[in-house]
Amino acid sequence: MNIFLYVLFGIIGGIFGGLGMGGGTLLIPLLTIFLNLDQKMCQGINLISFLVMALISILIHYKHGYIKLNGISYIIISGILFSILGAFLVNYLSTFVLRIIFGVFLIFLAVIEFLKILSKKN
Amino acid sequence: MNFIKNHNCDQRNFQSLSNKQNSKEYVSKKQILLLLFFGAIIGILNGFFGGGGGMVCVPILQKALNLTSKESHATAIAVIFPLSLVSASIYIYNGAVKSLPLITIGLGVVVGGIIGAYLLKFMPTKILRIVFAVIMLISGVRMII
Repeated sequence: MNIFLYVLFGIIGGIFGGLGMGGGTLLIPLLTIFLNLDQKMCQGINLISFLVMALISILIHYKHGYIKLNGISYIIISGILFSILGAFLVNYLSTFVLRIIFGVFLIFLAVIEFLKILSKKN
Repeated sequence: MNFIKNHNCDQRNFQSLSNKQNSKEYVSKKQILLLLFFGAIIGILNGFFGGGGGMVCVPILQKALNLTSKESHATAIAVIFPLSLVSASIYIYNGAVKSLPLITIGLGVVVGGIIGAYLLKFMPTKILRIVFAVIMLISGVRMII
């Protein structure tokens, strides 16, 4: 039964991801709220399944010429250094605290989305 | 006849010029500082929350590198990929991930991702975006309470 639910929720999260709407940010709360899975594990699973999906979409986008390499090395270099810091920081927090901070992060992302939608209308 | 030859030649020159522009990095010092700064923010968020870095990355690429919406969405994936690779290795190293949920959920995500990519052609994106933001808002509140 669990296996069935895991696949089902993976599909739901994946659909949002495929639609290009940051599916991962939705996959994590889906898994923790409805399946009561550990927050840290869900974050790890999200990262790994993103890698698989990203590999496919990078190939497709690159073929169509949508990926612009100019200047992105700077973001990637500092991004990698600080993502190491971020991934290690998680270990020092309890799942309870992490869930609350994640909730705040989701609300922040939702506000960004709303602002994007509004700016497109103008 | 001569005119056609010249015209072709001009076109070729123009093409080689634009190719040169593409192969060279055209970023100002100010842009470099901005990119390094936001790279740090995106990195720490993506590592700490195990996702979401892409959503922050898209508007930054649009503003700092003047990319279109479509280009910045595609480029964001390429930016987040190496970051996620590093953080995912650390999550695995720390023993946060169990194999059964990983394989089953991961399989679902790949299947769902393909379905989503096909659905994109038939879906009204504006309505979807609003629905998506509302779900995210509700989930965020639900996780805090």
